Amino acid sequence: MGRYVLRRLLQLIPVFIGTTFLIYYLVWAVPGDPFAGKCGERRCPDAYIALMTEKFNLDKPIWVQYLTYMKNLLQGDFGQTYGGISINQLIADAYPNTIKLAVMALLIEAVIGLTAGVLTGLRRNGFLDNLVLISTLFLIALPTFVTGFVLQYLLGVKWQIITPTVPNPITWASLIVPGFVLGSVSMAYVARLARTSIAENRSSDYVRTAIAKGLPMRRVVGIHLLRNSLIPVVTYLGTDLGALMGGAIVTEAIFGINGIGRTVYRAILTKEGATVVSIVVILVLVYLLMNLVVDLLYALLDPRIRYE
Amino acid sequence: MSDPTTTSMVTTPQAEQPTAPGMTSPPDAGSSAAARKEKPRGLLYNAWDDLRRKPMFWFSATLIVLFLVMAAFPTLFTNASPTEGVLSRSLGKPSAEAWFGYDVQGRDIYARVIYGARASIVVAVLSTLGTTIIGGMAGVIAGFRGGWFDSILSRIADIFFGLPFVLGAIVILFTFNPPGSANGVWKIIALVVFSLVVLSWPVSMRIMRSSVLATKQADYIMAARSMGAGPLRIVFKHLIPNCLAPLMVYSTILIGSFIGAEATLAYLGVGLKTPVVSWGIIISESQHYIRVAPWWFLFPSAFLVAAVLAFVMLGEAVREALDPKMR
Repeated sequence: MGRYVLRRLLQLIPVFIGTTFLIYYLVWAVPGDPFAGKCGERRCPDAYIALMTEKFNLDKPIWVQYLTYMKNLLQGDFGQTYGGISINQLIADAYPNTIKLAVMALLIEAVIGLTAGVLTGLRRNGFLDNLVLISTLFLIALPTFVTGFVLQYLLGVKWQIITPTVPNPITWASLIVPGFVLGSVSMAYVARLARTSIAENRSSDYVRTAIAKGLPMRRVVGIHLLRNSLIPVVTYLGTDLGALMGGAIVTEAIFGINGIGRTVYRAILTKEGATVVSIVVILVLVYLLMNLVVDLLYALLDPRIRYE
Repeated sequence: MSDPTTTSMVTTPQAEQPTAPGMTSPPDAGSSAAARKEKPRGLLYNAWDDLRRKPMFWFSATLIVLFLVMAAFPTLFTNASPTEGVLSRSLGKPSAEAWFGYDVQGRDIYARVIYGARASIVVAVLSTLGTTIIGGMAGVIAGFRGGWFDSILSRIADIFFGLPFVLGAIVILFTFNPPGSANGVWKIIALVVFSLVVLSWPVSMRIMRSSVLATKQADYIMAARSMGAGPLRIVFKHLIPNCLAPLMVYSTILIGSFIGAEATLAYLGVGLKTPVVSWGIIISESQHYIRVAPWWFLFPSAFLVAAVLAFVMLGEAVREALDPKMR
């Protein structure tokens, strides 16, 4: 097990370097004046350009810039924005909000998706089954910003059940609707995955044995069936937590949440390269680590899987 | 190769697909009609037989044909101009002369929605073609060659797969297509397509690679090889026709997701821009008027959702028809 983790971690390194270099290259090395529009309507003063070129090593080759950035990163320093604000501080302000939102989305999609999936997987072709199949299709087809706008308009503006934007400081209750919006597409996938998985395993031998032993149905489903059927769902949920954080840009923009997505979007618009790279680095790291955790979780859910 | 309906005992679905080259591979499409008639009924024939009886298939196919006609010949549906703004009718409610009302510039929303189909569908179809071809080719090469070649290609795919989708697309588009730049319509379309393809080909590659890996060891591939077929012949005549089904299903669904993705990028202000008319652009323009003119937001969204739904449903129907386990 220890060796497996080590090997996986080593495999992560080239992927991590490749992805971050790709983003670094896109943000910093693509031709174009990095100071265009930085100083309002007029050209930037030469002193400013000289200072910033020095600060971000803009006169050095791109790989030297990248290595310098990575060296600082390994010491826990994300650098500064053009204005001199510490990016560590920016991230520390925004990241907890995004984590809260992603966890809320994950909870909602897991609870609703799993319930719908298990219920329909156990009783296929009923009314509920068709209802879930059709509604999941709709959820998959609805882009996040459409769901977000409609819910914000109906619940927030028209019926005034929720506040249209999330107040600061963020309360968990105010994240329910944004979490639902963010997790809605994944919820549909969770429901469908769970349904297929349960339906497949229901006719397997060990379930028949468990029923034949006279176990109560709750135990058959809860212990035997669910644990075996959950593996693909857990994989999906785990990788989705990483994806949700990267995909929260739209949701955060609609509901005015001061999260990482909004920060990075603002940074892209104002050409704050250092901020963009730093946030993408974090998102990629989280995503890769979540994938690793999911692989290791397999062993807990399915004792048949062994890591040499 | 025997009829798959009689060899349903075979457990691996790939192994039981007959090669049926006349129906699946374009290079053989010219073979004589007589030869085709004598072929056993192939998987595709069975799938079509299955598909024909599904209302979901007909429903989604009808919708898709409707959208395609809309994209090709918008004048069949409306005489109004999608770009002519008359300020006196700004934010006019839906009425008999303008079914979906007018936007803030006084442009006919019905006409805009009809004309918007073209850009949305062109972007989605081109992106899907690119993703399928690049991802599919990478998958075939990685799966068939194996070894270090496979490892390297898979790691490269991991790199692109690790980028968050929306974020990656925004960065790419913002770098090459910053707001205020004077890129032509086709250049912007090409950039949007490029960013979607770059970020999504790894999934297609994984799907193709795994089905190639599963099929590579099948008896008929061995047989072809033992008869002296070269690698190119094996790949194009035997491997690809038999591995294509999962990728095709995924690509169908992908068209739907790309329609949504284009709209999301337009909404964020980095995708297609305003002289072009697309569903995403209309929705994006309407967002600040949702309280005074909900119809402006509602109708293009409905069209968008219907189009995505149609492709997702078609993909579902085809998947069920191609999956022998569902029979």
